[in-house]
Amino acid sequence: MSFSRGSRQIFNDISLDIPRGKVTAIMGPSGTGKTTLLKLIGGQLKPDQGSVEMDGNNVHQLTRKDLYQLRKRMGMLFQSGALLTDINVFDNIAYPLREHTDLDDSMIRSLVLMKLNAVGLRGARDLMPSELSGGMARRVAMARAIALDPVMVMYDEPFTGQDPISMGVLVNLIRSMNQSLHLSSIVVSHDVPETMSISDYIYLISDGRVVTQGTPEELKNSSDPWVQQFIEGQSDGPVPFHYAASPVMQDLIGE
Amino acid sequence: MNVLDKLQKLGQSVISVFSRLGQATLFLYEILLTIPGLLLRPSLVIKQLYTTGVQTLVIILVAGCFVGMVLALQAYYVLVDFGAEDSISQMVVLTLMRELGPVMTGLLFAGRAGSALTAEIGLMKSTEQLSGMEMMAIDPMQRVMAPRILAGFLAMPLLTAVFMAVGVLGGYLVAVHGVGIFEGVYWSLAQLKVDFYTDLMNGMIKSVVFGFVIVWIAVFEGYDSVPTSEGLGQATTRTVVHSSLAVLGLDFLLTAIMFGDI
Repeated sequence: MSFSRGSRQIFNDISLDIPRGKVTAIMGPSGTGKTTLLKLIGGQLKPDQGSVEMDGNNVHQLTRKDLYQLRKRMGMLFQSGALLTDINVFDNIAYPLREHTDLDDSMIRSLVLMKLNAVGLRGARDLMPSELSGGMARRVAMARAIALDPVMVMYDEPFTGQDPISMGVLVNLIRSMNQSLHLSSIVVSHDVPETMSISDYIYLISDGRVVTQGTPEELKNSSDPWVQQFIEGQSDGPVPFHYAASPVMQDLIGE
Repeated sequence: MNVLDKLQKLGQSVISVFSRLGQATLFLYEILLTIPGLLLRPSLVIKQLYTTGVQTLVIILVAGCFVGMVLALQAYYVLVDFGAEDSISQMVVLTLMRELGPVMTGLLFAGRAGSALTAEIGLMKSTEQLSGMEMMAIDPMQRVMAPRILAGFLAMPLLTAVFMAVGVLGGYLVAVHGVGIFEGVYWSLAQLKVDFYTDLMNGMIKSVVFGFVIVWIAVFEGYDSVPTSEGLGQATTRTVVHSSLAVLGLDFLLTAIMFGDI
């Protein structure tokens, strides 16, 4: 699949396979198009070439109605949480249930409380999104992402900007929900240790292509210097510390 | 910059204007398609009617009252020289119903409700709430845009009617209790000289057109805004400027059609 924005090529003929029931991580430096990839999978963007298939359906050839049917089987956790700010936590999670099901209020209440209990926020159901911490907002968004019992959940940078406790909670939740709800998870992140600790398989992407792929162990043992620099978080290496410039002495002397 | 460059720049601007107009029309078409489904969910529109209509009411009441009072006062200063001050109500009521009612309400509506709509939708876009809805298989056109368009469309004529009524009362205060016009003359002339269709209905038709254009611009600007704080500020400004100019331009056009021979 290839995709570009204007004249800038974001993906150049990349190919990824997301296995069922596993946690697949997509990692790479900032600005490599990881979030764009999730939007392509979800059908919010259309590739220039190639296709995205989910469960045998070509996402971009579906009618709007069929695409919406497919999306009911996908959950997505946005980086910002994307909670609706004018309704409280309970109503945020009840929202997709009310829109897509004919369940009565008592059944919706039970389902929402179960989802909230799964992320440890049953007691926060009456709070407004503005009253939640960043970590709590992401857990509420996680509860909303699984509200319709999807088969696949996509996590967009779930660990960014989280304190260590929140991060630990989110790491455990992603792993445990994947197992208990038999989900297929896609985690997009550049938080290396956390992502590697829960992933079954990792794709490392940069400059519009898959640089390498494999299990966390395989990546740790990779001999590729770029992969090692990324995983170890080294400041200098194949990706230079300095932005391209003339030699420093020449610049200082002013020539 | 040579002539060719200037010409190229002008051409680019013209193309960009028409391109945005095309986008806005397609956007509106997409929203209009969702309106029938919305009729089954009136609560969504009622909620927006409160936000766009009720919350604009105070500014409409205050402005309407003052506009009516000023009109009466100015009319008195001019007419008294000709001994025709009894005709104050005719001038106040006709001006309010034909022009100032719909135009002033439109301008105030654009500043108060239009800018708020753009800011709200722009913020929903920048905080990924619209994307979030799409990923929950919920169409933001139907759930977010259409109720706001419909509510604005319904609210504007109601607000205009309120503006006119309060303006006439403001004029009454100044004319009768301020400059001493006989109360019976004020009301009877107002009743006698106002035609229900020519004056009141034409004014209301104007308000419906203005309301539709204002919410269309406001909602489109919010949806099309660049999701940054600067982009949101620019979109809000564009809403107020474009919808105010649209109201004034359309007012001329509608007046020419309604009251002239064009």
